[in-house]
Amino acid sequence: MSGSPGLADTAEHYRFRLFVAGTALRSLRAVESVRWICEAHFAGRYELEIVDIYQQPELAERDGIVAAPILLKIAPLPERRIAGDLLDADRILRGLNIPPATEAQR
Amino acid sequence: MPDQRAAPTLPKAPTGIEGFDDLTYGGLPAGRPSLICGAAGCGKTLFATTFLVNGATRYGEPGVFMSFEERAEDLSANVASLGFDLDGLVAAGQLAIDHVRVERSEIEETGEYDLEGLFIRLGFAVDSIGAKRVVLDTIETLFAGFTDSSLLRAELRRLFGWIKDRGLTAIITGERGEGQLTRQGLEEYVSDCVVLLDNRVDDQITTRRLRVVKYRGSAHGTNEYPFLIDHAGISVLPVTSAELDYANPSGVISSGIAGLDAMLSPGGFHRGSSILVSGGAGTGKTMLTASMVEAACRRGERCLVFAFEESGAQITRNAASIGLALDAHARSGLLRFEAARPSLYGLETHLARMHRDLDRFRPDLVVIDPISALRGPSNELQGALLRIIDLIKTRGITAIFTTLRSDGSLIGDGDLGASSLMDAWIKLQNMEANGERTRTLYVIKARGMNHSNQIREFLMSPNGIRLVDAYIGTAGVLTGTARVVQ
Repeated sequence: MSGSPGLADTAEHYRFRLFVAGTALRSLRAVESVRWICEAHFAGRYELEIVDIYQQPELAERDGIVAAPILLKIAPLPERRIAGDLLDADRILRGLNIPPATEAQR
Repeated sequence: MPDQRAAPTLPKAPTGIEGFDDLTYGGLPAGRPSLICGAAGCGKTLFATTFLVNGATRYGEPGVFMSFEERAEDLSANVASLGFDLDGLVAAGQLAIDHVRVERSEIEETGEYDLEGLFIRLGFAVDSIGAKRVVLDTIETLFAGFTDSSLLRAELRRLFGWIKDRGLTAIITGERGEGQLTRQGLEEYVSDCVVLLDNRVDDQITTRRLRVVKYRGSAHGTNEYPFLIDHAGISVLPVTSAELDYANPSGVISSGIAGLDAMLSPGGFHRGSSILVSGGAGTGKTMLTASMVEAACRRGERCLVFAFEESGAQITRNAASIGLALDAHARSGLLRFEAARPSLYGLETHLARMHRDLDRFRPDLVVIDPISALRGPSNELQGALLRIIDLIKTRGITAIFTTLRSDGSLIGDGDLGASSLMDAWIKLQNMEANGERTRTLYVIKARGMNHSNQIREFLMSPNGIRLVDAYIGTAGVLTGTARVVQ
């Protein structure tokens, strides 16, 4: 998937951090969904860090996390946050302010 | 989990806020959340901070401050003037401050989520210092950050339940809302103890008031109580106790004026009595009281003077002109002046300040000079004066009240016979006759003793106040030059 011709000019590198709370169904669904979206849209040019706030509460405090699950887009700026179980890919991409051009894969 | 509710009496966590622990019989319910609500600027955050700081410093209960509004550094700076060293407490592991920033535009929402992040941060902070107390200030801010209010409500309910399960004593603050105690109806969730703070402006004078709206499982004072916020922090004054069950201290105290003592059969006033000194302008009320204060200080008693018309320095200077060295007593700490313009505060605030000062300074003698200077709506004034008198009497403190009104009423229109509450009443009067004016003094009443019924001439000299027997002859009472001639 990496190297699709339509992505060459907008090949920005994305950094995401996904905060989930434990291994509840909602958390697992969110992780799965975000993984899928990343692979589908930013394959080969993204980093996804998954943080379980139970395991690393200090990271939740550092990043000011209140709700979970929540996805943070750390790079490129501006930072964006989107809370919920993250199942709706279109809303997530819009919410993260990612230009539609990068969705040109399908 | 130990169930504290099963205990025979409700365990309470003292706030250390003067007066509040009295009116709630011990403080806030331990191991449960309490709601403190009020409009902006009512002192909610200060109340909550005081609760945490006192918990950490006095009661060995570390606390977590979760702030949804102010940043930690702002919070420290705001309360530093009260002598609270939040940074020091944080460094000592007695306090943890977590600032939860919630901004509306920042978070998009899609699908289901919960506030587990908040729970975990709170739990993390609580565990890191072994906290027993928690403050959430102001949690309603969350409603601005998230759009799904039914989800938030469910989460808040869960949060308060979690606080209870953990046995944390918590204060939740909430902004006053239209038609209900808080904007988001938090009172529905925090139902154990609700305290309402209020800041009312009447006639351009602000009075802070506090009321315990409910306190499940405990008796509490139900009135509105005035409270103060000043350099000494918060103090709440439960000023409505009106019992006649006074400890009646025994003994007789000299007025410091030999002639006056001689008019009273035991040689002075009963200790713990209330003495009214009435007289018009220039009759020597303040100097008479200054004499009594000076005498008390010489006996080593503590004196507190509430002056409403003159500053302490002015009274001291004037008293020096009749040979009374009040300044030495002020320096030694036996004498304290509390001077304030009557219009500076509302009646309740004046009363509250007096209450606090009485309890802090613990005087043997109190002077209110003049009590007739206090202003307010007459129905309130009457009650307030009764409470002042009561406040002093219940403590067994000897009190001197001066009033400018010759009929002995403390306030206008003579609608209050406050003189009947007084144990002794000294009347000062200017007599004008034969082209001169002389000051006279007589004792109208003195409970529990015989006293002279004669009018005495009242002389002020650099050596103090002296009373001279008026000449009573066939032509009546002769004073001044006429007496000397006779």
